[in-house]
Amino acid sequence: MASLDDLKKRITSVKSTQKITKAMKMVAAAKLRKAQESAEKGRPYSDKMHNIILNLSKNINDKENAPKLLAGSGKDNVHLCVVMTSDRGLCGGFNSNITKKAKSYFKKILDSGKELKIVTIGSKGFDQLKRAYKEQIIEKFSFKESKNVNYFDADKVGKMIIEKFEKGEFDVCTIFFNKFKNVITQIPQEQQIIPLKSEKSDEKNDVMNYEFEPEEDEILNNLLPKNISTQIFKAMLENSASEQGSRMSAMDNATRNAGEMVEKLTIEYNRSRQAAITKELIEIISGAESL
Amino acid sequence: MSDSFNLEIVNPEKLFLSSDNVSEVVVPAFEGDMGILKDHISIISFLKPGIVKIFTGNEVKELYVEDGIIEFSENSLSILTSRIIDIKEIKKDDLSSMINEANEALKDENLDDQKRFITNQKIDVLNRLN
Repeated sequence: MASLDDLKKRITSVKSTQKITKAMKMVAAAKLRKAQESAEKGRPYSDKMHNIILNLSKNINDKENAPKLLAGSGKDNVHLCVVMTSDRGLCGGFNSNITKKAKSYFKKILDSGKELKIVTIGSKGFDQLKRAYKEQIIEKFSFKESKNVNYFDADKVGKMIIEKFEKGEFDVCTIFFNKFKNVITQIPQEQQIIPLKSEKSDEKNDVMNYEFEPEEDEILNNLLPKNISTQIFKAMLENSASEQGSRMSAMDNATRNAGEMVEKLTIEYNRSRQAAITKELIEIISGAESL
Repeated sequence: MSDSFNLEIVNPEKLFLSSDNVSEVVVPAFEGDMGILKDHISIISFLKPGIVKIFTGNEVKELYVEDGIIEFSENSLSILTSRIIDIKEIKKDDLSSMINEANEALKDENLDDQKRFITNQKIDVLNRLN
């Protein structure tokens, strides 16, 4: 059995760990509120963008000449995967959930004999993927310096992706991120952004007759690259909200576990202290009796 | 308020402005400034750097936009832009750094004509504000 001193030390150490996790939980809670807010504020933009593109693509009659970003390059050989994770750890299963999802997708692609290229955003994802997929990672981003998620970072990634697409380096682009549902649940998501997957348009025939200035395809050509950046930005916002949520619940658990541990250790400490006292008493009594 | 319509300006970060009684909006559309009144035909167009003027009653609000896309349908106008600043809040320092940035961009030899044109426009507008 550990000595009284050792037990005491352990109790203090667990207690200070608990303080840290508690503080982290508080910080995550505060950041979560902010992140959630900006994720919600960012929604109108991407929704509107999506609507406009939908309207535009309905109006395009000549599907053959549709911009490549919309229709794809006509091939399906090289897949680019953008894996978005956080830059910091201690957030529960947040990062491993994304990489798990991504890895199963990678496997599917590689098994079907297609080529795979990976871009990572956030250093944790890179750390987790570099062992198995070192060759496939062509680019890594980390926005540790930016305090909040901002559009210009997303735009940087978007521009890089478009540049690579125009050079014909890949045919299909998919992004992986965590969608924020609530504090406890974050759902890892995969979303194909090139070519744009039009959701099954609910066959509404009230196609608005828009006037276009300049021509439809020119607008689309201008808009689609922006849409890529917007989608990435949206994913980044969702991701940062998810990260904070995930960290909050992880730290909450950790605080609770530490509390349990302190309780257990305290009982053990008290017991062994009592045992020591009893032992001393017995010694004194038996000493007195033998006189 | 029979001749007013809805206006929403959004940028990626948030809903920048929302109003339901604007009487006229002038936007710097790609092919020239365009005034939009109530019951305008549905239109989609994109913007070049310039000033958006919003008329509400007797008030005029002026905003600098860098790019964007507008959609007008059923008497509601949406403006999507990545960078928008109220002219009153614009600072001299920011202006000059934006101008410098644009001038730097112009030096790039590989710039295509359209981008060059847009950047020149931007410098023009910024200089006028300065």
